[in-house]
Order: sequence, then C-alpha cells, then structure tokens
Amino acid sequence: MDIKLQINELEAQAYAELEGVASAAHLEEWRIRYLGKKSRLTEILRGLATLSIEERKTVGAVSNALKLGLEAALGQREASLRDGELALAVSKDAVDISLPGRPFARGHLHPVAQAMNEISSIFTAMGFEVMEGPGVEWDYYNFDMLNMPKEHPARAATDTFWIDAPPNDKGWKMLLRTHTSPMQVRTMERRRPPIRIVVPGLVHRYEATDATHLSMFSQIEGLAVDEGISMADLKGTLHEFARRFFGPERRVRFRCDFFPYVEPGAEMAVECAVCRGDGCRLCGGNGWIEVLGSGMVHPRVLEGVGIDSKKYSGFAFGMGIERIPLLKYGVEDIRHFYGSDLRFLRQF
Amino acid sequence: MKCSLKWLRRYVDINEQPEALAKRITLAGTEVARVDVVGGWDNVFIGQIAAVGPHPNADRLRLATVCLGAEQMEVVCGAPNLAIGDKIAFARAGAHLIDGHSGEKIVLKPNKIRGVLSEGMICSEIELGLSKNHEGILVLPPDAPLGQKLSDYIGDVIFDLEVTPNRPDMLSILGIAHEVAALTDAAVREPNLDYMCCVRSINESVSVEVRDAELCPRYCAGLVTGVKVGPSPHWLKEALAAAGIRSINNVVDITNFVMMEYGQPLHAFDYDHIGLGKIVVRRAAEGEILMTLDGVERRLGADMLVIADPNRAIAVAGVMGGATSEVTDGTTSVLLESASFKAASIHNTQVCLKLPSEASARFERGIRAELTLPALRRALQLMVELCGATAADGIIDHYPGKKEAVPISLTTAEIKRILGLDIPMSQIEKTLMSLGCQTKSMTDDSLEVTPPYWRSDLRIDADFIEDIARIIGYESIPSRLLSGEMPQQNPEPKLVLRQNVRRILAGFGFQELITYALTNRSTLEKGLGKELPFEPLRVEHPMSSEEECLRTSLRGNVLSALSANIHREEGSICFFEIGHVYLPKTGDLPHEPEILCGVLTSTGAEKVWLGRKEPIDFFDAKGVVEGLFAQLGAKAEFQVSADIGLRVGCQASIMLQNQEVGLLGAIDHKVAQGFDLPANTFLFEMDLTQILTYSHGSARYEMLPRFPVVTRDLALILGSDISHKQVLDIIKGFSLVKKATLFDVYAGKQVSQGKRSLAYSLTFQSSEHTLTDAEVDRVLDAILHKLQSALGATLR
Repeated sequence: MDIKLQINELEAQAYAELEGVASAAHLEEWRIRYLGKKSRLTEILRGLATLSIEERKTVGAVSNALKLGLEAALGQREASLRDGELALAVSKDAVDISLPGRPFARGHLHPVAQAMNEISSIFTAMGFEVMEGPGVEWDYYNFDMLNMPKEHPARAATDTFWIDAPPNDKGWKMLLRTHTSPMQVRTMERRRPPIRIVVPGLVHRYEATDATHLSMFSQIEGLAVDEGISMADLKGTLHEFARRFFGPERRVRFRCDFFPYVEPGAEMAVECAVCRGDGCRLCGGNGWIEVLGSGMVHPRVLEGVGIDSKKYSGFAFGMGIERIPLLKYGVEDIRHFYGSDLRFLRQF
Repeated sequence: MKCSLKWLRRYVDINEQPEALAKRITLAGTEVARVDVVGGWDNVFIGQIAAVGPHPNADRLRLATVCLGAEQMEVVCGAPNLAIGDKIAFARAGAHLIDGHSGEKIVLKPNKIRGVLSEGMICSEIELGLSKNHEGILVLPPDAPLGQKLSDYIGDVIFDLEVTPNRPDMLSILGIAHEVAALTDAAVREPNLDYMCCVRSINESVSVEVRDAELCPRYCAGLVTGVKVGPSPHWLKEALAAAGIRSINNVVDITNFVMMEYGQPLHAFDYDHIGLGKIVVRRAAEGEILMTLDGVERRLGADMLVIADPNRAIAVAGVMGGATSEVTDGTTSVLLESASFKAASIHNTQVCLKLPSEASARFERGIRAELTLPALRRALQLMVELCGATAADGIIDHYPGKKEAVPISLTTAEIKRILGLDIPMSQIEKTLMSLGCQTKSMTDDSLEVTPPYWRSDLRIDADFIEDIARIIGYESIPSRLLSGEMPQQNPEPKLVLRQNVRRILAGFGFQELITYALTNRSTLEKGLGKELPFEPLRVEHPMSSEEECLRTSLRGNVLSALSANIHREEGSICFFEIGHVYLPKTGDLPHEPEILCGVLTSTGAEKVWLGRKEPIDFFDAKGVVEGLFAQLGAKAEFQVSADIGLRVGCQASIMLQNQEVGLLGAIDHKVAQGFDLPANTFLFEMDLTQILTYSHGSARYEMLPRFPVVTRDLALILGSDISHKQVLDIIKGFSLVKKATLFDVYAGKQVSQGKRSLAYSLTFQSSEHTLTDAEVDRVLDAILHKLQSALGATLR
C-alpha cells in the first residue's frame, strides 16, 4: 500500500480512537500504539532513509506533521481528562458546610481584668507607669498618711476589715486596704517628682454584699505630681481618658466632691450611654454616671512624704472597675463578677 | 438630709426652679439625690365647713356645706370629724387625687352618692398623697387662708441631700441657705435672736462644771421657767415633718427645730430633775448604768462622756438623754444645753451603744464650737415665744480653750497654680464674701480670709481655693493635657509575665476566674488535703464564718468554683485564677506571692459528631504546662513530687533551672470527695515570681541547619520502673541526635510482665556534613549499647 495512503488511514484511525479514550490508562495505551517506539508512525519515520529523495520529502513532511498533530491532540486530551478527574474528585469531597466545626477550646479573660487592662493601657500611653501595692496594708498608709488621722470622721465612716493581729512596733494596725490610694504615699516616699503612676488592685470594704455592693472590688488609682500641675491638667487628663475609653461622643462632667486626701476634690461623671443625659433607669434618673473620684493632692499628703507643697502640686484619681462592665453589658447583679459561674464569665 | 424649700425660703429668696437649683447644689459638692414635690394639686382649695346636715338616704353619710370664700358648695361626706368652722382641703371636679381605697391616681368627677349630687370632695391626707392616713378629713389650721390654692399653702419641695463628711453645715437649713445664697448671688436673712428675759440671773439656779474639756470644749446652758408643755403650732410641726422628724411637744420640737435650723444639736433637761441645778460634764465610770430616753438601760464605758448632776449621769453626751430628766407634760422649768463635743468620742460612743441619731451625725462631723451660742439663743427665743416661758438672764458659757480664728493668706498666684485659671482679685473677694467669709485685702494680689462661724472645713488655703472653684463652677476650669517632663518608666516585668500567662492560657481554652481573697479555714484545708501548717490572717468581726480569713492558697477557691460549675457543664472544663495569697509574717505585713492555679477535668467523654474526645488525663494537664512554658520561652522539667493534696504517683514538681516553681497532678481522692469532683480532676499551681526569676523569658535563636536529616525508629523493651526521662537523657547525650520523639508506649500481652515497650523516632543531623547511613547506624548501635548497659533495654 502506498505509504501516504497508510499515513492517511493511520491519521483517521488515531483521531477516531482518541475520541473514545476515557481514562489516563487508555490514553497511555493509545500513545504507545500511535506514538510509541514500535508504532507504525515511528516505523515510517525510521524508514524514511530507504525512500527516494522525492518520496522522502513528501512522506517525511506528511508523517512529521501527523506526529506533531497527534502529540498535540494527546496533550489536549490529557488536560481534559485531568480536569474531568479533578471535577469528579471535587464533587466527591464536597462537605455540608452547615455542620459544626471541630470544637476548639475557647478561654476568656475575666471581664474585670479586660476592663482593667484597657484602662491601664490608656494611662500608660499618657506616660503613667503601672505599679502595684500590697492588699494587706498598714492603717498608716491607708489612712494616716492620706490625711485621715486616727480621729478623722472620714476614717470612722470608712468601713474597714481590720486584721486580727497586734499593732507593729510603730503602733500601726493591719487592715485590708480600703482603696488603692496607699500606693500614692508608698510611691512618693521612694520617688521624687515628676511622678505619674496608675495602681490597679483589689480592695475591700466592710459592707454586706448585694446586687449592687461587693465587699471586695477592683480599683485603679492614678497620681501625677510635678511642678505646675493644676486642676486644668486633672480635667484634661481624665477627659482624655474618658474620650478614649467611653468614646468621643459621651459628654463629661466634673463636680465638687470630698475625699480627705485631695483638695479641691472632684467627681467625674460621663453622660449616660442610654439616655444621653435625659435621665433613665440605668443612670438612676439623673442622666450622668459617676465614674471616678479625683482631686488635687492634699498639701498635707505631700508634706507628709516630704514633698514641698508650695513648689510641687499634683492630682490623684481613683475609680471602681466593676461598674464599667456592669453598665457596659447591662449586668443586673454585680456579684456575678466574682461568682465563678462559667455561664456568666464565658460571655465576655 | 431632707431640706424643705419652704423652710429654706425663710432665710433666702429662691428664684430658680427646684430642679435647676438642685443641679447647682449638686455640682457645688452636695449631691441632691432626690427632689420630691409635695402637693402640686390642681383644683384643691382651702375651704371652711359652713354647715353640716343629715343625708336624706344614708345614716352614715352627711351633707356638708363648704364655703370657698365667694361661693358655697354642697358635698356628701362620710368622715367622722366634720366640724363647723374647720378649715379643710376641698377638691373640685377635675382635681387629681389618690383613691383612698385602691391607692390609684384618679381624676375627681361630680358624683351622685345615694341620690344626692356631690360637687367635690373634702380630702383626707391619703387622698392628697400626704400620708397613708385615712382616719377622717385633713383639718387645716384656723389661720389657713380661705379660698387659696392648697398647693400654695402646704405645698413644698423636699431636697434629699447627700452630705459629705466635711460639711456638717449642710446638715442645717441655714447652712444650706448660705450655700444657696453663694450660688445664686442672694443674701441670707438670719433669724433675729433677741428675746425678753427676766432679771433673775441663770447663775442663781444653774452651775456647770466641765471635768473633761478635751471631750467637751464648750458647754453653753440656758434656763427657762414657767414652761407650758403642749403641742407645737402648725408651722413648727409642718417644718419638722418635712425634715422627717416626729413632733413630740413644743419643748422637744424646738430643740429639734433649732438643730435642723443651725445644725447644732440641743438637749432639753427637766430642770427640776437636775440635782442642785448643777451640771457635771465628765467621763462615765466603767460599767455605769444609765436608762436612756428610749427606756433601755445602757452600760457605759470610761471613754464615754456623760452629762451628770452631782449624783448620777442624766444623759449620754451628744448621743441620747436620760429618762429621769426627760421633759414631760408636767415639766415647768427647762435647762437647755448647747455644747460642743469631740467628734471621735461621740462617734465611738454612738457605735458602742448602737445609737446613731440626728445629733450624733452632726457632732461626728466636727461642728464648730461657735455654733453653740446662736443656736441656744434661738431656742430660748422660741421657748419664750411658743411655750409661754420666761428666760433667766444670761447664758452659761464654758469655753476655756477659745481661740480666735487665724486668717489665712491667699494670693492670685497660688489660686492659679492650683486651679490653672486666672481669677481676678475682685471676683475672688466677692466669691469668698458670698460664702460668709470675712476678707481683708492685703496687696493687689493677696488677701486674708477668715471662715464664717458655721463652716468647720475651711482651714488651709486649699480649702478656700476649692470653695472659690466650686462656687465659680468647675466647668470654668480649662482642660489641658500634662505637658511637663515625662517621668522615667520602669515597667515591672511581673505585669508583663502575668499578662502573657493570662493570654496564653485563655488561648489554650482556659477561662479566667477571680475569686474572693477572704475565705475560711475549712475551704483552705479541704483544698490542701491537710490541716493548715500555720494560722492564716484572720479579720476582726468577719461578715460571716465563710469569710473569716485570708487565703493562703488558691486551691480551695478554685476547686469550689469547679465544683459549682461541674453539674452545669458537659465535656471538659478548664479554668484558672491568678491571684495573691497571704502568708503571715510576725510583726509585718504578710508575704503576698502571686499564684497561678489552673484546674481541668471532664465529665466523661465529650460527645462530638466528629468522634469522641477522650476524658481529660494527666497528660492533658502536663501538656498545658509544657505549652505554657514553651510559649513563655522557658523549658520546664518535671520531677516526682509528694504533695498531700495531689494523688500519689500522679503528680510532679515543675522545675525551671533545677528550681521548683510549682506543682502539677491529679487531685487526691479525698480532696476530690471533699469538693464532690471526679477523680480525673487535675490541677497545676505556680508562683509567678518564681517563674520570673528562673525563666530567661525570651526566645533563643539557633542558626538554621544546612544539612539533611536522617530519621530512624527505635523500639525498646524496658523494665516498667524505667522512666521515659531516663531513656531520653541517654539518647540526648549523643550529639548527632537532634530530636527524639516518643511515639508509642505499650505494656500488655506482647511484652512480658513487668516490662513495657517505648518506641522513639530519632532524628539525626550534623551541622558539618551530610550524614551517611553507616554513620547513623554506628550512632544508633552506640545508643542501643548504652541503653542496654545502663537501663537493661533490649530491642523489640
């Protein structure tokens, strides 16, 4: 048979057969049959040398073209088979995405710790250093040095857990600190101005526990002492804190209040988030939520630690922490915070 | 402190609305917690009963004709106390009242009662919302102005003030009047204190001996005779009622009225029951008995001050009078006491006797001795006026320690230094004077100031600066950010560590807890599984036996918390607390190490659709501890430990650099039973300060390897008493071993009794060249050899 005819036949047969190839294995068989070392096409190409120059030209051209054509077709077929197989595999691997994920243990920081961290970091950014003090204190630091000597009415009015222990050799008595303010004194005893510190910590008050009162709660104290610090700095610093913590849209109000270790004394309140100052149940009807007590450090406190109150001045502030998540999340009973109920704690 | 605006208006004109005034007072330092409006009735007028006749159809009802000035109206009334000529409160149709039976708000409509049209109503107190009293109609004083709106006559606004401890003057209506005057630029009209007295001098009838001038710096006394004890006039009763004080008789009411007016507590003694007319102010004898006004026998202590006559105590000074000298209906002569007592002494006495009172609340805050005289004069004046009494000439005033008030110097510069606000001298002076201070200009920018007699809290320049600021208003002070030199910061590494530990454990699925520092012995001992080795710090007068002492360990609290949660939870529960414990030291504050205590347990295998999660075991707990330290950049080692509260054989010390920093293990069976917890409850406990000391705290870099690794498995059979650590120490002794991972532990049929199999995957790597198989084989042989000789290991 004429070689050219053979080539034509081969071409028709190969393409026809390729149409029917459905798997990678079949395709390999096809490749061996039509493009393999022992295939007819390879034979023809090998035999070209035996042909006349004239024939070699024509047959060579046709058979090489066929080889290239078959190789290209093989490549295409391979690709389409692969796509088909992938598509099949994908359809087999499809999942019910509505099934729950594999549970991964989830832990949370305590809501009070979260609030404390946030507050501390705002003051840290304003140059205040975080310090901590002892939870069991001497009355000397808790009262005497904070302008509450033994017979001061404010001291009598403070509900204190006293420790059942004899006074030390200086006549100081031990107590559970009623506020974080003793660290004002402890810090000023060790450092000279400029001072900027915040003191987070747990404090105790001798008070029956109910939905709005705890005998143990968290406080954060702040103190800044330097030359030229005035009430304008107090207002500015605390205003900036409120702006960052409560948001710029909440108004802030300062009013006169009394704490024995500051003079003048001030209380800062923020506008109630719910009623925006109109008065509602959350804020007890007056539109404002008390956030902290503050004031200019009392000259007697400065003089007590040997800081010249005519040269230096400072401000101090203290706030209870529990109220903040309490109001933020609308918690109805403050006892939940230290009640260890995971159903409560996991929500924050 | 309840402050009636009607009462307040006697001394100061008020043009502002009550709510606005309340806000000003609040901003200036005394919070007005409530503003209660009494009255506000529409269509209720003062009427007079002109005639009373029978109801044609009902025996128990009557028809009353009420005169309202120009017009008359007829109403049906069932009250028993209808009397012709009485002034009454008459409600016309449309009045908003309270239904006497249901307590609900109603609007009055004309009504036919048993066939007779009633055009209004004669009101009782309950219908006007004045009290719960429904016993008959409200009878007004005879001088009540006919036809006037009732709300103009008895309506009032009551401020409820929360007075700070430094402002006893705000516990008086006059003190509040001065505050309001300063805030609203008004003037105060102080009462006129003049009264008629007889020629007979008080010194003829009364003598005073103060034996303890420290506890009683000033004692003033006045005497009235010919007293007619009886009911007080309407205005006095009304004023006291507004202040929440019950009317007793005119004498007692006057003392209470003056106390509310001036803030100076007074006491009235029946003069005829004071032996020899002599007052002795002395400390009580230890154990001295006195029957107080309330009929209770009080046992007094030597640190309490009493008012006595030469024979016996007749009052607990500043706290409560005695029964024997009480003013009664038969009293004709009254000795009035107006004294100054030491605040702390009154406080202690009041607390000891559990007798807080309006009087002690004022003394406790330290009122000025200067108040005694005007208050006494005022009371004497009212006695003369209202009790038909005659006042003896003069007043006894025992005030040995009298000191003239020292003027305080104030400069504009100092005010600016503290407030950050420039205030002109003229405004400073005006503000101080509005508060009743006396000022004396010294130079253009300085003055001397003396506080008014009713203010006990103005002592140093800062006190006056506060007063200037609060009257001008804190809102006038500018806001600015700190601008001075930034202090050096030395953040405590412990704070960073604590924060890291918290975040890591939360990341591992642990919930953070905070529990109470106060606990009890039983919880502590239950948690430790043993008796406390030392006494914890106890509080005096614990709130309850549950909160008697300070914790020395977190275990009890954390296990209690676990116990409280376990029945509500499914699967595993993990939580932790970081908190202080309090370890007593003699003569010093306790040591307060900061402890991390974590617990984990599970209530059986967790049901998960992806397959069951096995119950928590020791290696879950150990994995948490290892993971924690790995995250902190430290390597923890573990050693067998012997803690009583943890189970034998299932606990370990956590070691950093050969120092124990904590413990880990299953809780002991007894501890588990104590808290009703499952046996597979695990606990880890560490001292944060120790971790800080013994961990280097940061990651360490090693150069990345350049040559490939070769891995080989090694399955060994060893005696069961040989620990994984012993094997690992030997393997790790060969420097080419980069990693040895235990991947199987087996004890059972396949190995003989008393033996177990440990299988390791070893990774070999050299930092100098590519390892050949032969090299690795040689090392593996050497390892095996060493394991054989040292531990008796054989290849499995």
